[in-house]
Amino acid sequence: MKARVIVTLKTGILDPQGKAIEGALKSLGVSDVHSVRQGKIFDIELEAGDKAKAESKLKEAAEKLLANMVIENYRVEIVS
Amino acid sequence: MKAAILVFPGINRERDMARALKLVSGKEPVMAWHADSKLPKGTDLVVIPGGFSYGDYLRCGAIAARASIMNAVRAHAAKGGLVLAVCNGFQIACEAGLLPGVLMRNAQLKFLCKEVHLRIERSDTPFTQRYNAGDVIRVPVAHGEGNYVADAETIARLEGENRVALRYTAPDGKLDPAFNYNGSTNSIAGILSEKLNVLGLMPHPENHVDPIVGPTDGRRLFESLIETLEAA
Repeated sequence: MKARVIVTLKTGILDPQGKAIEGALKSLGVSDVHSVRQGKIFDIELEAGDKAKAESKLKEAAEKLLANMVIENYRVEIVS
Repeated sequence: MKAAILVFPGINRERDMARALKLVSGKEPVMAWHADSKLPKGTDLVVIPGGFSYGDYLRCGAIAARASIMNAVRAHAAKGGLVLAVCNGFQIACEAGLLPGVLMRNAQLKFLCKEVHLRIERSDTPFTQRYNAGDVIRVPVAHGEGNYVADAETIARLEGENRVALRYTAPDGKLDPAFNYNGSTNSIAGILSEKLNVLGLMPHPENHVDPIVGPTDGRRLFESLIETLEAA
């Protein structure tokens, strides 16, 4: 089974990297960019009986390691 | 003092820490490997040193915080045992849940390698009893992720319980955003656990212990620990 875990910064957490990218986009003339927030994507292949089991394993992975729940949110997508 | 210094792949400040501990205490610390499940027998001080554990992959300190030895460190801390966590060690301690909050990328996005001024916020702790509250000391920092962040409730709790041990200040000890180089909330450079037995700080007191390399302002932190352990 293929899945994707997406980790993003919580609202209100300052993201200096996102800010720098936002500035760079503006200086490149990419217009109408209001804000940029940087996050992480983990593409994961796993053995799991069904979708529900896969989701619960990925939730465990995200909460134990992939995301720092103090500053980050995550969501799980089953790809195939 | 029976100090154990934790060693993870990518840690590179364990020797400086060992040298400082030996110089001040006269006793050789023991290195404790990350894959071990127990601390060396009789350990009364755990030191998590600086470096780049696991290449700072995922998040600084995230992978080291989940190493086998950290269960023993958590048990040691839960019993009131002393833990000193410096730089990457501070990041590891936060990721391991020994201390609240997280260390994010420096606000100016630059790796900082310089001497800073730190104000000692309280002298009634095992780590700072040889200083006076309000003392300003000079100690170097070397980090890219030292920007201390926590939710408003946690910050209010840390401040309310006087658990901020050190702050970045101007040379005269006054708070000044210009001297809060990494953008930390409330200029926080170091914090204490609830029972005051765990100290995490970004600066490197172990760098300033020997007159041969300059100031010795970090020395009293190690003397404080020795005094605490001898009194126990």
